Amino acid sequence: MSGIQLRVWGEYACFTRPEMKVERVSYDVMTPSAARGILEAIYWKPAIRWVIDRIHVMKPVRFDNIRRNEVSTVVPLSGKAGVNAAMKGGTNPVRLFVEECRQQRAAMVLRDVEYVIEAHFEYTSAEDRNDGKHLDMFNRRAKKGQCFHRPYLGCREFAAFFEPVSGAIPVSPLARDTARDLGWMLYDINYAADMTPFFFRPTLENGIVDCRKGGVTA
Amino acid sequence: MTALSNRYEFVYLFDVENGNPNGDPDAGNTPRIDPETGHGLVTDVCLKRKIRNYVDIAKSGAEGYNIYVAEKGVLSLTRQPAYDTEEVKNLKKKEDKVAAARQWMCRNFFDVRTFGAVMSTTLNNCGQVRGPVQLTFAKSIEPIIPSEVAITRMAVETEKEAKAQDGDNRTMGRKHIVPYALYRAEGFISAHLADGDKGTGFSDKDVELLWQALANMFDHDHSAARGKMSARGLIVFKHRDALGNAPAHKLFDAVSVSRTGDGSGPARAFGDYAVAVDEAGLPDGVDVDVKF
Repeated sequence: MSGIQLRVWGEYACFTRPEMKVERVSYDVMTPSAARGILEAIYWKPAIRWVIDRIHVMKPVRFDNIRRNEVSTVVPLSGKAGVNAAMKGGTNPVRLFVEECRQQRAAMVLRDVEYVIEAHFEYTSAEDRNDGKHLDMFNRRAKKGQCFHRPYLGCREFAAFFEPVSGAIPVSPLARDTARDLGWMLYDINYAADMTPFFFRPTLENGIVDCRKGGVTA
Repeated sequence: MTALSNRYEFVYLFDVENGNPNGDPDAGNTPRIDPETGHGLVTDVCLKRKIRNYVDIAKSGAEGYNIYVAEKGVLSLTRQPAYDTEEVKNLKKKEDKVAAARQWMCRNFFDVRTFGAVMSTTLNNCGQVRGPVQLTFAKSIEPIIPSEVAITRMAVETEKEAKAQDGDNRTMGRKHIVPYALYRAEGFISAHLADGDKGTGFSDKDVELLWQALANMFDHDHSAARGKMSARGLIVFKHRDALGNAPAHKLFDAVSVSRTGDGSGPARAFGDYAVAVDEAGLPDGVDVDVKF
């Protein structure tokens, strides 16, 4: 038994759909990859890998629109204006002037979200196999509110609060709704295989997204 | 500089009087509002912009305090002095070069060290820096009612307009103001993103500069649009451990803001609010420091 249950919540969330990421549009619910990121923010080691089993959606799905000024470019590494040139003693300013590379981007984000993440871990190698140790460390940290870094709901400006679920997971208020096809969603990204995205097609049934049904590679 | 070894959370209060703290580009630059509750919003990036501007002014190009994402208007120097020459040319592997560049950026630029930056190359994505300081949207304590103020200008821009008006030469404009609002922002500092090989090196000294920026940044950001904005409160929770000693939401709950008096009628001054910190009810291992 290597499973954990964690309640996470926050005022905003944006689990960006990859097909609509210029002007961000969030998925209806948290993706397994975002849930994994939250667990890793609390406890992770190279010896283990978090696998998300189910995501309970505890609040109705609601959207809100926010437009912000953002920059349109990234820090160049090479080239005359890049960091490497500056490190060698260049005299060009290594700066982004926000007025010159400004773009306004809208984001369709989720409001007032709450989830219960059910997950377990698997081992990545023969080393450090000790169920009790990893579980205890995770649960201890979750209970004390400790984290490696502050977990977030899709984007770092949407911070996540968390606490362990004691006892049975409460029934989602969405449990009475009819099952809903959520369409193709990002499952996770395979970093070992050149950042290949994996997708799956879940349904929101009884207020629960079951992530255990197999995904496909794009 | 040694990297930070404590986790922090902080509650930051600021107010606005007859000004627009953060315009919404989607709504004709009216103050941002949460459409469901009517509370005013100020985005995280808006506050981060002001922190950057303050550090740029306060440190004015001192070594290690460059600002990467610069606003042109405030820049006094657009040309940086030559940087220390480094031994990058000895590094053969691309990963090593990217790692060296990342460290160099963290060392030299306060905002990269604090908030992080994306330094993506065409080949791989390994040049990302995640900063230890994380801010969320600031929200007003009570719903806000912005008002639109029409203003006139005794001149016109073009000759064509002047002719159309037969020399009357007036233009109407509008300003959007919030008569008064107190905003509350919450922030996090994750020590582990500061420390170690992959860390940004964000130090105790940098934390002090961050507090200083939060205390003073509105005093260097006056403009016709902003009205009167002031920093009103900064409550810092310092965890004894790098991982933290209490859930963040419990610490934030310890800071309450309420109306003074009978609370009827609209608030128009900071005196209409009372800020209380429940220091006695705080969990063990967390020190509270009410900066102001």
